[in-house]
Amino acid sequence: MDVTAEARQIMVQALSKLYSSRAQRGGLRLHRSLLLTLVMKSARDIYHSARLTSEKKAQADTHSVTENTSQTEEPMDTTSSTTTPLRATATQSTEDGQRSGLEGHSHLHNPAGLTVDKENCNPTRLDRHSRKRRSKTATDPDFLPCKKAKLEFVEARGILQSNAANCGRALDSLSLVPMPRTIVSF
Amino acid sequence: MWSSCWTYSLNLSSVPGDGDSQSRWCLSQVKGAVDDDVAEADIISAVEFNHSGELLATGDRGGRIVIFQQEQESKNLPQCHAEYNVYSTFQSHEPEFDYLKSLEIEEKINKIRWLPQKNAAHFLLSTNDKTIKLWKISERDKRPEGYNLKEEDGRYRHPSSLTTLRVPVFQPMDLMVEASPRRVYANAHTYHINSISVNSDNETYLSADDLRINLWHLDFTDRSFNIVDIKPANMEELTEVITASEFHPLQCNTFVYGSSKGSVRLCDMRASALCDQHSKLFEEPEDPSTRSFFSEIISSISDVKFSHSGRYMMTRDYLTLKIWDLHMESRPVEIYQVHGYLRSKLCSLYENDCIFDKFECCWRGDDSEVMTGSYNNFFRMFDRDAQRDATLEATWENGSPGCPLKTWRVSAGSRRKRNEIGVDCLDFSRKILYTSWHPQDNIVALATVNNLYIFQEKLN
Repeated sequence: MDVTAEARQIMVQALSKLYSSRAQRGGLRLHRSLLLTLVMKSARDIYHSARLTSEKKAQADTHSVTENTSQTEEPMDTTSSTTTPLRATATQSTEDGQRSGLEGHSHLHNPAGLTVDKENCNPTRLDRHSRKRRSKTATDPDFLPCKKAKLEFVEARGILQSNAANCGRALDSLSLVPMPRTIVSF
Repeated sequence: MWSSCWTYSLNLSSVPGDGDSQSRWCLSQVKGAVDDDVAEADIISAVEFNHSGELLATGDRGGRIVIFQQEQESKNLPQCHAEYNVYSTFQSHEPEFDYLKSLEIEEKINKIRWLPQKNAAHFLLSTNDKTIKLWKISERDKRPEGYNLKEEDGRYRHPSSLTTLRVPVFQPMDLMVEASPRRVYANAHTYHINSISVNSDNETYLSADDLRINLWHLDFTDRSFNIVDIKPANMEELTEVITASEFHPLQCNTFVYGSSKGSVRLCDMRASALCDQHSKLFEEPEDPSTRSFFSEIISSISDVKFSHSGRYMMTRDYLTLKIWDLHMESRPVEIYQVHGYLRSKLCSLYENDCIFDKFECCWRGDDSEVMTGSYNNFFRMFDRDAQRDATLEATWENGSPGCPLKTWRVSAGSRRKRNEIGVDCLDFSRKILYTSWHPQDNIVALATVNNLYIFQEKLN
């Protein structure tokens, strides 16, 4: 599905841009980080809603296209994907809104006729950015790539927060300068 | 870099051509190095004419400012304005290190704003991400000579040789232009400064970063007043940042600020000390048919400029220029497509980061035309009265010197004809972000990556 693939690529790129901006000279740019976060969120929302639609359609079509389904199980993301996460994902899509949606293995049950995502064929790349979605009580084994990807996203979100925290501390230094507004804000 | 500066001047000649594809503009000068290998420090990051147009200041990523001065009008070339030559060069900002946050503070000049001239000296404000400086540029063409206690070379005379007294007198000397920092306004911004604007009262100015706007008095560096603060209590709820801000040219109580969401707020400082509540909100409802992944990014305002009359204001977002009547908040009165052909290319522009480029815009002195930059070293001129627009290219590889610039057209695909170029052939590494229009005459200055271009309109 073009929209899903595009959304995922945008999310992946947003994350890598956020990550690389940490090393940028001059510090994190709040405006740019905000735009990237907004893009990532909207891509994630579109991705999930598109996947939900496709899953509903897939369930309706499952009995008629069982042969084609196996063909679409391309070696896209063979390391961390299993069949179980997909089902878990479907039930968690609503409650997991806050967490990363960087799914890398959504195409296992694509109905026939939908384009397979060939853009991100690199398994290494998928390892880094794909993340198995899990419920709070999930007992799925900890796949190393998934954990790493989750950390990255949390780190990325922490960038904005830590920037804010740092700025909060910086305000302390500003208290030496008699600026009425900053003093009041304490 | 500026020591290797060269000038490429063209004499205007009347060359007949089809009126449609020729503009009134001609290349006047190009400043800067010609080699393709550009040092990061030499990349121009600010361009600004002063209030008379006699001086043109540029800032670069290395923290330097170069000021050009227009020569006296030459009588032998009545059909063109005089040239600009280097007047003063100085290091405005140095890289610094914030030890508290372990962050380097870039020396890149973000904005230059001239103060109106009050005496023989010229004053300008320049800012990097964190610190604003007031620079005084003055000429010295005489020096005192005939001291009693000192020789001309500075050595002190022997007291026993002093038998007479005389009064030192000023003698002419070679012109020397000195730039000295008169004020340093520091430590007032937590986030990166994106705008400075001098008030019409000539006493105060504002500086804006991503979340706050501060009001300063030019004479005082140890205090500033926060007038806008949009920082949320919880940074996770941040949805909008300030991207540009400017004082009204005539009303000293009014200023505007643009946001990353595409809205502009007009504030009146008489209403309250803290202008978090806007007086007017200029926002155009989003067209749902054009919604895409990148709608938020491309609606972010990159520049906001009042017209000289103070009646209108212009905003620049990624694809359009919008002219707003200050009396009407609901929608702009004019919308100009700068490079609408990029709308289908947003994904690639996001990939190569071009979608985050911040273009400036400027008004002609009489507000009848506006201008902004684009990619492929194109710049766009919009004639508001005639409702005509032109795409011109800033290049010194001019096929036919002395001719008015030919206008360009951008077509879909990769076709390449004479003065027509396909969207796929555009060079996105060559972009014009910074532009300035002479306040009275039709002279425009714009910066490509490392060159300063000056264009003039044909006078006859």
